[in-house]
Amino acid sequence: MIGGFGGSGGQPTRLMLALSKKKLKGLTIIGNVAGISETTGYGWPKNIKPVDQGIFFRTGIADKIICSFPVPASQNPKSPIENFWHNNKNSVEIIPQGTLIEKIRCAGAGIPAFYTSTGVGTIIENNKETKFINNKKYILEYALSADYALIRASVADENGNLQFRGTSRAFNPAMATAAKITIVEVDEIVKAGSLDPNNIHTLGIHVNRIIKRRKNDIYP
Amino acid sequence: MRYHSDPAERLNKKQIAKYATKFLKNNSIINLGIGIPSLCAQYITDPTILLHAENGVYGFNKFANEKNINPDYMDAGGNFLETNKNMVFFDSVESFNLIRGGHIDTTILGAFQVSKNGDIANWMIPKRGIGSIGGAMDLCANTKNVIVTMEHTTKLNEPKIVEKCEFPLTAVNCVNKIVTDVGVFEINYNSIILKECAPGWDVLSIQNITGVKVKCDKKIVFMDIDNV
Repeated sequence: MIGGFGGSGGQPTRLMLALSKKKLKGLTIIGNVAGISETTGYGWPKNIKPVDQGIFFRTGIADKIICSFPVPASQNPKSPIENFWHNNKNSVEIIPQGTLIEKIRCAGAGIPAFYTSTGVGTIIENNKETKFINNKKYILEYALSADYALIRASVADENGNLQFRGTSRAFNPAMATAAKITIVEVDEIVKAGSLDPNNIHTLGIHVNRIIKRRKNDIYP
Repeated sequence: MRYHSDPAERLNKKQIAKYATKFLKNNSIINLGIGIPSLCAQYITDPTILLHAENGVYGFNKFANEKNINPDYMDAGGNFLETNKNMVFFDSVESFNLIRGGHIDTTILGAFQVSKNGDIANWMIPKRGIGSIGGAMDLCANTKNVIVTMEHTTKLNEPKIVEKCEFPLTAVNCVNKIVTDVGVFEINYNSIILKECAPGWDVLSIQNITGVKVKCDKKIVFMDIDNV
């Protein structure tokens, strides 16, 4: 799982770059807005070359992606995920964003499945169980977990308690709860007990490893 | 913009966006999609209207000056935001609780096609074969008031308001209102009802570029584009 919302804020860019260089094969990536920044600059300052989840398909370590936003509106130039999709049409699974985040939340919350009206009457409903509840149709969707979650936060304390800034929370807190191993990239690590206990966004028990970014990293 | 058979100019994208804001009610919470809908933000002057973006914020009202951006403050369209004291931040779980829970009053979206029963297709062009759903299915399926802003036809002057959408659907039976570059339409009881025409346009000219029978319930008024 890769946290954030596709823009540079909230994305574990350093962890993604490190992972993309590893000699691995056959990874499944679970993202959200996954592959639009590299070709459009979505959510990135203009003076920096954007990194998005397409990097895992350019280096060939991934062979499947589950996300809500794989490609930008324009096909020119073609993004790495769109190029990958051309030869692997069944390996790009597109899920409505609210269903995707709820699948992840459920995985972390011990709920195996849930009903949602999102996608009723569309191709999302195909081959899925449905049920009428109070005369309204709902689709049964299943929880989605991962082996690893790479997430990004603003500050961690030594116990792994996390705080996020602004809109950089997005998918990060839910993903932290839904993976066997959660690795967080942070701007700052502070002493245990120095964060306000009333104001912890992600609990330390969900975090396995903390990586501190360099000061003045070129990537925001 | 004007095709040779048009009786008058069609509105530009900014005019469509500005006109759509006329239909927003005070004290409501609004989500704006990418494209023409995102242009609506600059025309909303009512301070009781809250803008929501699905990446986890409401209460924003301005894009940041390019020299003063912070990637931690962004809307769902990837635009950086100027911060203000009314903004509230939350994660994607809460953001979609707001959407699925019906707490968003109005969503304004673009569309490739809208059918007369209010189905909307806006995420994939069949010829391309791949597209992005993002939050559009959640918003359309769960928001009380769905307004589509779009150009009335394709670049080849083919209707985008149709009997039945040929493009893959985003949601069924959800669109309440369509604001295009030639008119304002309501969808009611499986009918497209023309409420207002762009200046210089008439029912017949609009009918000629619409894929379904256009009904009119009373005397049509011209869109007052200068006084929104």
